[in-house]
Amino acid sequence: MIAILAGRRPAQVPAARRASHLVERNAILYRREWSLIVSGFFEPLLYLLAIGYGVGSLVGSAVTLNGHPIPYAAFVAPALMATSAMNGAVYETAFNFFYKLKYVKLYDAVLATPLGVADVALGEIVWALIRGTLYALGFLIVMAGLGLIASPWAILALPAAMLIGFTFAAVGTAASTFVRTWQDFDLVLIVMIPLFLFSATFYPITLYPGALQLVVQLTPLYHGVDLLRSLTTGSIGPGLVGDLVYLVVLGGAALLLAAVRLQRLLLK
Amino acid sequence: MAISPSDTTALIHARGLSKRFANLVAVDAIDFDVDRGEAFGFLGPNGAGKTSTMRMIGCVSTPSSGTLSVLGMNPITDGPRIRARLGVVPQADTLDMELHVDENLFTYARYFDIPRDVARRRAKELLEFVQLNDRAKDEVEPLSGGMKRRLTIARALVNEPDLLLLDEPTTGLDPQARHLVWDRLYRLKQQGVTIVLTSHYMDEAEQLCDRLVVMDKAKIVASGSPRSLIDRYATREVLELRFKIDAAPALDGKLEGIADRVEVLPDRVLLYTQDGDAAAAAVHERGLQPESTLVRRSTLEDVFLRLTGRSLIE
Amino acid sequence: MIGTWRVLEHHLMVYRRTWKGGMFVSFASPILFLAAMGIGLGSLIARGPVRTVGGVSYLAFLAPGLLAATAMQTAFVEETYPIMAKLQWLRTYDGMLATPLTIGNLLGGEIGWLAVRQAITAITFFIVLVIFGTVSSVAAVLMIPVAVLNGLAFGLPIMAFSATQRKDKGFPVIGRFIITPLFLLGGVFFPIQRLPQLAQVIAWLTPLAHSVALARSLAIGGSNGSAAIHLAVPATYVVVGIAAAGITLRRRLVQ
Ligand SMILES: Nc1ncnc2c1ncn2[C@@H]1O[C@H](COP(=O)(O)OP(=O)(O)O)[C@@H](O)[C@H]1O
Ligand SMILES: [Mg+2]
Repeated sequence: MIAILAGRRPAQVPAARRASHLVERNAILYRREWSLIVSGFFEPLLYLLAIGYGVGSLVGSAVTLNGHPIPYAAFVAPALMATSAMNGAVYETAFNFFYKLKYVKLYDAVLATPLGVADVALGEIVWALIRGTLYALGFLIVMAGLGLIASPWAILALPAAMLIGFTFAAVGTAASTFVRTWQDFDLVLIVMIPLFLFSATFYPITLYPGALQLVVQLTPLYHGVDLLRSLTTGSIGPGLVGDLVYLVVLGGAALLLAAVRLQRLLLK
Repeated sequence: MAISPSDTTALIHARGLSKRFANLVAVDAIDFDVDRGEAFGFLGPNGAGKTSTMRMIGCVSTPSSGTLSVLGMNPITDGPRIRARLGVVPQADTLDMELHVDENLFTYARYFDIPRDVARRRAKELLEFVQLNDRAKDEVEPLSGGMKRRLTIARALVNEPDLLLLDEPTTGLDPQARHLVWDRLYRLKQQGVTIVLTSHYMDEAEQLCDRLVVMDKAKIVASGSPRSLIDRYATREVLELRFKIDAAPALDGKLEGIADRVEVLPDRVLLYTQDGDAAAAAVHERGLQPESTLVRRSTLEDVFLRLTGRSLIE
Repeated sequence: MIGTWRVLEHHLMVYRRTWKGGMFVSFASPILFLAAMGIGLGSLIARGPVRTVGGVSYLAFLAPGLLAATAMQTAFVEETYPIMAKLQWLRTYDGMLATPLTIGNLLGGEIGWLAVRQAITAITFFIVLVIFGTVSSVAAVLMIPVAVLNGLAFGLPIMAFSATQRKDKGFPVIGRFIITPLFLLGGVFFPIQRLPQLAQVIAWLTPLAHSVALARSLAIGGSNGSAAIHLAVPATYVVVGIAAAGITLRRRLVQ
C-alpha cells in the first residue's frame, strides 16, 4: 500500500522484517517505561467509572436500543473503547512520531541502515497497533467483568478496535508530517476533542437534528463508535459494512499520504 | 540521467554526479573514484557540497543527474542492499537519545538484521574500541561531544562495513577529543577499512587521507594525494609575516622577487618559497620590520588558498 | 517588587506571541464539553430518573464545575512543561538570575503570571456561561476569583514539584493519577455524594471539590453555609505551595 512514492525513486515496498526492527527498538525503550504503558489502561477505565456509572446513575434507563432500555454503562463503554483506540493511535503516531522525526532525528539514523521510509512508517504504525491492541484487550476484559457485554459478537470487538487503531495511526502519521512546531499540535487537539465529544459517544446519534446527524456520520470516530457498539451490544445490521469500508478507505488513503510526505521530508 | 552500475573495481564510482535543490546547485558534475582499502577525503569549506555528496553515496539522497555506483550497485534501486554494507557517521550526531549507550549500538545492529547475540557481543567490543565501555549503561544526552562522536563511530562499525563514510568527524571537538577520534580512525585504516571522509580541516585531511579531492562551490578543483597536491600547488616552505596594522599597503613592491609567490591576507602576508629562512633574511635585508616571522611547511590550506584565493575556514 | 514585575512582564511578552494556541485548550475545549455533555447528555438526563440535579438542569449543574476544573487543568499545563523548559531547556531562569533579579522575584513573577493566566481563562469562561444562560445571579461573578484561587491551589504545589524534576517523566503521572481522576470524579460531572464514602473523603481533601461546590452555589444564587471551609482548603494549598516552591526553586537554582 505504501508503494507509490514521490520523486523519481522507484516504488519501495515495506519489508515486514526490516520494519520489525523498529518495533523492537520501541519495545526496548518501553521495557524501562512499562509503568507508562500500564497507566494507559487507567484513563479509559476512569471515564467508564465516571461517565458510565457516575453520570449513568443520573441517566437511568433513558437510553434505548432497538426499543429496549440499555444500561448507560453498556451504552458508553464501547464508545470509550473506540475513543481510547483513537487517542492511543494518534498520540503514538502524531506526537511521538513528530518528536522522533524533528527533535531526536531518529529516522535520519535509521535511514542510513537498510531500513527505508516505507519500513519506518510500517514499523511505527505496527507499534502503535500493538499498544492499542493491548489496551483494547484490557478494556474488553473489564467490560466483560462488569457485565457490559451483551453479545458473542463482542469477540470481534478486538479486531475492530485494531482497525480503528490502524486508521487513526495512519491519519496521525500523515498529520505529523505536516506539523512544523509543537504549537501546531493544538490543531490536532482541536480535531480530536470534538471527535471524542460528538461522535454519538454519550448519547444516541438520533438526539441530533437531521442535518447534524449527517455531519456526524461523515466523521471517522463515529464509525468506530458505531462499529464497537454494534458488536458489544449485538445489534448487528448493514450499517456495519459502511463503518468498515469508511475506516479501511480512510486508513489506506492516510497511509499513502504519509508515505509520500515522509519520502519527501526524509530523502531530500 | 544515466545511472548504472559500472564494472570498475572502484568501491565508489562517480561521473558527472550532480545534486540540485530548487534553484541551487549543491554538487556540480563531479567525477571521482574510491578504491578498496584507501582513505579518501573531500576537503572544502562550508557549503562546498560535501554533505550533499556524502548523502548521495549513503543512498539517502537521490542524485539529480550523472552516474553513481556504490559497491558496484545502483544507489537508487539497491538502497537497502548498499546501506547494509555501509557505515555512516553523519555530520550531526543522530544518536537515539531515548536509549542508553549500549542500547544504541544493539538496536542499530538489529536494524541490520544482525542476530541478537552477535549484536550484543559487537556492542561490547565496539564500546571498548572507542573507549566508552564504562559508560555502557549511561544515557546518551550527558556524554561530551567527543564521546558522542566516538559512539556514533562505533555505531557505524556495528555491521562491519565495507565502506565507512564520515562527514566532518571532528568538527566542533576540542583538540584532545579530535586526537582521540583520529587515533581510532587511524587504527581502522590500518585494519584495511575503506574510509571516505569530509573535512574543512587541512590537518585532518592531511593526516588521514591517502587521496583527496578539494571541493569548492559544488565543484572539484583539484585531486591527488596530500603530498602531490602540496607539491603541485604550493612550495616546500612558507614564510608567514605579520606587520603592524595598516603597514601592509606600504609593502607595495618591496617583497618582489623574494619568493615564488606572495599572498597578502588581512592579518598576515604569506611568502611561498623553497627556503623560508633565506627568504626571511632577504626580507630583513630590505629593511622591512615585521612584528613576527614564522617559517613552516606548506599545507593543504595553502593549496586551497592557491586554488580559490580564499581560506578554508572563514 | 519591581523585580517581580519585570519577571511578570517577561511572561506577558511571551504570551502575546503564543496566546492563540493556549486559548483552545483553556477555552474552546470547555465550551465543547459544555455543549456535548451539558446540552446533549443533559437532554438524556432530563428524561432519566432524577431529571434535575440538585434542583437545576444538568447544564446548570455542570457549568460551574467545568469552570473550576478548567482552572485546575490550566494550572497543570502551565506549571509542568513550561517550568521545566525555563529551568532546563531554555534556561530562562539562569538568564534572569544573572541580572539583579532574585529568586523571590522569579517566584513572585511566576505566581503573578499564573494568577493573570487563570483570570483570563476564568473571565472568558464566565462570559461563555452567561451566553449559555447558566448564570442566574450577580454574585455569580465571584466564581471568577474562586476559579483563580483553585488554579493557584493546584498550580503552586505543581510548580514546586516541577522544580525538583530533571526529566519530564513525572508530568504524565500527575496528569493520569491526579488531574484526570479529579476532573472525572471530583464532583464536576455528577454529585460527589454518589461516590463511595472513602472516595468522597479523598475528594474533599482536594481544592477542586471545594471550589466546585462554592462556584456552583454562586452560579445558582443560593447561599453556602460552608463557604469559609470551601475557601480555607484551597487557600491552605496556596500557602503551602508558595512555601514549597520557594524551597525547591532555590534548591534547584542556587547550587
Ligand atoms: N536539503 C537542502 N535543501 C536546499 N539546499 C540545500 C539542502 N542541503 C544542502 N543545501 C545547500 O547545498 C549547498 C551545499 O551544502 P552541503 O552539501 O551541506 O555543503 P558542505 O557539507 O560542504 O558544507 C549549500 O549551499 C546548502 O545550503
Ligand atoms: Mg557538510
